[in-house]
Order: sequence, then structure tokens, then C-alpha cells
Amino acid sequence: MSAGASPATPLVTVEGIHTYYGKSHILHGVSLEVGPGEVVGLLGRNGVGKSTTLKTVMGLVRPSQGEVRYEGGTITGLAPHRLARLGIGYVPEDRRIFRLLTVMENLRTGLDRTGVDDQRKQALLDKVYQYFPVLADRRNQAGGTLSGGEQQMLAIARAMMLEPKIILLDEPTEGLMPRMVSQIRQIIEALHREGVAILLVEQNVPLTLEACQRIYLMEKGMVRHQATAAALRADAAVIHQYMGV
Amino acid sequence: MPILLDQIVIQTINGIVTGMILALVASGLTLIFGIMDVVNFAHGELFMLGAYVGVITIVATGSFWLALLVATLVIALLGAIIQVTTLRPLLGRDPLTTILATFGLSLVLQNYALWQFGPVARKIQEPFTGHFSLFYLDYPWYRLVIAGLSAAIIGALWLFLKFGTYGIWIRATTQDRVMASAMGIPVPWVHTAVFAIGAGMAAASGVLFGPLVGVNHAMGLDWVLKAFIVVVVGGMGNLGGSIAAAIFVSLLEAYASLWVSPAQAVIVSFVVLILTLLFRPTGLFVPTPK
Repeated sequence: MSAGASPATPLVTVEGIHTYYGKSHILHGVSLEVGPGEVVGLLGRNGVGKSTTLKTVMGLVRPSQGEVRYEGGTITGLAPHRLARLGIGYVPEDRRIFRLLTVMENLRTGLDRTGVDDQRKQALLDKVYQYFPVLADRRNQAGGTLSGGEQQMLAIARAMMLEPKIILLDEPTEGLMPRMVSQIRQIIEALHREGVAILLVEQNVPLTLEACQRIYLMEKGMVRHQATAAALRADAAVIHQYMGV
Repeated sequence: MPILLDQIVIQTINGIVTGMILALVASGLTLIFGIMDVVNFAHGELFMLGAYVGVITIVATGSFWLALLVATLVIALLGAIIQVTTLRPLLGRDPLTTILATFGLSLVLQNYALWQFGPVARKIQEPFTGHFSLFYLDYPWYRLVIAGLSAAIIGALWLFLKFGTYGIWIRATTQDRVMASAMGIPVPWVHTAVFAIGAGMAAASGVLFGPLVGVNHAMGLDWVLKAFIVVVVGGMGNLGGSIAAAIFVSLLEAYASLWVSPAQAVIVSFVVLILTLLFRPTGLFVPTPK
């Protein structure tokens, strides 16, 4: 562990997880941790198990071995909806907008929880509409009619409705125009300022190096290397080794 | 024999009345299919048991409206129990297993009713017996009330699905079960609730329709068969399509029985079903899928 960069009590700890899809062994003992409010990157080529790692944390696939801990307690095997209520937000790679629901209804899937009064709901909505004004304009439009970039914003905004302590962000810039990419970059920064931790899976190396404090590099279902973003920025050879760029 | 205008008007009304009842049965069926990919072969038996609970409540209390309410609630609860014990463990398995499970359930429920209530049909007394004259007929008001009440129940369901928080949960779960759970929606309980709602609606239609046909253990069979036709013709899992298809098919049957006997008019439904499967397998009343 890189000294000083990781706080004493991690928010999320992944310890030695092995995950299978049927008979194919995807994760071979992945371990990582994310501190409270920390932005952590997970880099690697296609198919090394980055998305599967996020899915395992979210409880969407069950590890056959290993443990996932959240705020010190084990959450391995808990149903995803329980994890969402505990404060884990998930923005999947393919965005998975509810296409037939309006933008507002998409947001309400996360907003309509017990213990959130109308005032707080409005405050949350105001906040995401401030970050993503386009969503305010399209609030009554079906999610499926939005452009790719708008859907990505909606996916992030929807996760923010849960007031999460951590957001698992899976390739948010994939297939987006450069202007959208910089907007996603700003959102990550804004979330970081608010104290939301982020586990960011990306192929976009420059963005990850800029946005994250620490980075894990994955290869063949394992974490092979970890370093602070600052160290990696100075060491292009490591990036080249794991990303082939 | 020439067809007269008054006959067409009468058959239109008849078609709409049966269409609304059918829509009530079919909307539960299509809701359940849409959200958990379960083809509920026990739906007709929930309809039948609802009618029986209605009979028992009427005998005990004398109130038709109380019977309607009690039957809906009791069968909704039964639906919830069935879902938790029988269908929840099968979620994500081959659809064949749920088909067999619900088919087995329908046999159990049907034979339970036969054992418990015997083969003689029971009668539900309609809550009022007034008639109005429609050309040469004394048309019972009750039939129009059935159509109105069914429409009201379906309308309430629609409002609930459209605006209610739980309605949004149901629609989100229908569209993407995995993402819904990642948004904190308790998907297993949404499934249970939808099954209970569908069961309650089937029971309500059983009580409403009871006075017209008499209540026996096999009364669910005809209805569930027709409801399946309607669900397929309307587009599997499409609520609006099922309702439109229920009225469409019932009207066609009603008109067909101007020429042939009502028993033969049923053929029309099957012809519509086959044509739909051949030429528009996604359903007659859905926009062409993108």
C-alpha cells in the first residue's frame, strides 16, 4: 500500500475475490480498497475483469471466494438493493437507463426512498439539474430518446439520487465526444469535492491520471500494480506495460 | 337473415362488457409476464377462487360489495404466498420450470375447489336486478356496471403505475431487473406485489362475472385461455395492448355470434391469435419494435 495516500479505515475493501461466470474464472483474487471520499482508478485492457470487479462489489455477481467489506462490515452476498440503500451507487458501462421511463422517473427510482422528505428530494434534484442542466430541460422525455452523452449524465445523476458514499463508475467516457468527456471529468471533480468516493473503471488513461488519487492496474483477473496517480504520471512505462499505449 | 342496426348495437355493448372483464383478467396476466417472465397458468384458478370467496362472503354477510372487496384481498394475499413459496425460488430458471409450476398449481387449486365446494355450480346474486329497455331487450343494468367497474379498476391500476412511487418501481423492474435492484428497488418484493395485484384483479373479475355464469371449479379455464389469446394478441407484457386486444377480440366474437352460435364464434379469437402470431408476433397493438 502506498503510504499516506490511503486513509486508515477504508470505505470499501475488496479482499481476495474470485468470481466466475459459469465455468470461466474471471477474477483471480482481486484485492483493493477505497478510502472515504477518495477517487480511485482501475485501469487495464479490455476483458481483464474491471467491470466484473465493480459488479462483484455491487452484489450483481457473487464471488466464490473472498470478501467485500463496506465501512468495516462484510457485505459479500448482500442483495444489490440493500447495498444501494447503504450508500453504494452504480453507473454501469452500458448506462442501463430505464428507456421507457422519463428522465424524472429515472431519477425517482433512486429518490423515492423512505426517510427522504420532499424538501431534501427537491434539493437533490436541484443539485443534479445544476450539474446537468440538459436533464432539467428533458425531465419529461423518455430516457431512451436521450443521446448517448445525455444518457451517461442521467446514469450518473440517477446514482447521485441515492446520496451515495461511493459511486462505482464503469467507463463513463466510452463512446462520448471530447466535450462530453471533459464534462464527465468535471462531474467527477465535483463529486470528489462533495466527499463522495469514486471507484472509476476506465480505458481513458489521461482522464484517469487526472481525476484519480490512486490507481490500480489490472491484468488477467488480478491487480498487478498500484500507485498514486502522481507516480504514474511520471512513469509512462508502467502504463505502457498494462495498457499497451 | 339481414342484420339489423339494433342487433349490432346490442352486440357492441355485449362485446364491450365481456371485453372489460377479459381486460381485467388479462391485465394481471400481462403484468406478471412482463415483470418476471412467468406465464401464470394458475391465473384462471385465482379468478375461480375469487368467485368462491365471493360466494362465501355473500352467504355470510349478504353484501355483494363486501364480497368483491374481501375476495380481492384474500386472493391477493394467496397470490403473494404462492409467489414467495413457488415462483420466487424459480426466478431466473428456464421458463419451462415456471410454466410447469403454475400449471401444477392450477390443477391443485382446481381440485381443491372441487373437493371443497363440490361439482354443483353456485350462484352469486347480482347486487341489483334493474333492467332498461334496449330495443326489444330488457338489458340488465348490472352488465353495464361490470364494464364500468372493470374500467375503473384498470384505470386505477394505470394511474398507480403511471404516477405512484411503487408504480415507477414496477415499471423500472419490468424494464431492467438488475439495474432496478442496483437503484435500491427491492426487486423480489416488487415481484411478489405484482403477483398479488394480478391475483387480486383476477379475483375481482371472478366476483363481478359470477352472477352472469355461475361459479364452479372449472370456470377459470375458458377465461384463462381467452386471456392468454388477448395477452399474445396485445403483445406479451404490454398492458395497454392487452386491454385493447381484450375489447377487440370480444367485439369480434360478439359480432361473429350474429351469424353463428356463440360457441362457434370463439373460433374468431383463435383465428386472430394465429394471424397475429404469423404476421405480427410482437402484438397487434404495439408500435413496430425499433
